[in-house]
Amino acid sequence: MIVAAQGFQPYWYLVLGALLFTIGTVGLLVRRNPLVMLMCVELMLNAVNLTFVTFGRMLDDIGGQVIVFFVLVVAAAEVVVGLGIIVAVSRRRPNATADDVSALRG
Amino acid sequence: MEAAIFIVCAAIVLVGAFGVVLSKHPVHSALSLVATLFGVAVLFLNQNAQLLAVVQVIVYTGAIVVLILFVLMLLGVDTQDDLSVDPIVGQRALAYLAGLALLGSLLSVFIVNRDDLVTGRHSATAALSGDLSNIAQLGRQIFTTWIFAFEITSGLLTVAVIGAVVMARRPSSYEPMPEPESMDDDGYEPEQVEA
Repeated sequence: MIVAAQGFQPYWYLVLGALLFTIGTVGLLVRRNPLVMLMCVELMLNAVNLTFVTFGRMLDDIGGQVIVFFVLVVAAAEVVVGLGIIVAVSRRRPNATADDVSALRG
Repeated sequence: MEAAIFIVCAAIVLVGAFGVVLSKHPVHSALSLVATLFGVAVLFLNQNAQLLAVVQVIVYTGAIVVLILFVLMLLGVDTQDDLSVDPIVGQRALAYLAGLALLGSLLSVFIVNRDDLVTGRHSATAALSGDLSNIAQLGRQIFTTWIFAFEITSGLLTVAVIGAVVMARRPSSYEPMPEPESMDDDGYEPEQVEA
């Protein structure tokens, strides 16, 4: 099925990207450990990166790869800040899950 | 050849992604994430994005996952999630429903437009099929067309590093917060009856 009459198409990278993005979204909604939620965000970012590279290839444009470069930088900054928040929270409340954010209520 | 590599790497990527979401132990999630990121790196290589493949391995699997593992060890690795308990009634079912809707809409876009997925004009100045190597092309584009975004990125990284240092600093008066009396308190306070 994947190798059809016209040969292998970049189309399948987009399907894989959609699957990866969906798995990341469901994981983000289902899991409660903030670290695992952060990893699910990484999954979603990777799905988008794969889609960018594929569209860049289909359009014969390097711009898709340049944007992936910037997404990588933003992902690194996001992980640094996110882990800083997680460490700061868990110093006060060990074993806090995402649901315990309701404890912040005044 | 490309199809064979794609099938193998797609299997690795999907197994790793399911491992991230379904592992009870956060360390296993992190290791599954390594598999996924590595599979995506090979898929980049499969599409002639050599620089991105290398950066993906170095930055993601080399730096980000190691950072996540460090924090896991800092916070204690013995914590496990109970995946069978529904924290909010109906949350899981709604999450799966939302995932199905998202996947359906994404795939329907791809399937309906399968034959003309990209309709824009092809690039005149930044074509992939030029004489330059991938790294030379990327560098030329970043330092000409995207120079402003590149400079802003340095500001973003500086802000992130300073923010992380500020947040990681231990406050001088350190005491753990007491456990709240009731987590399912909805703000209703019974009236005090005076004797």
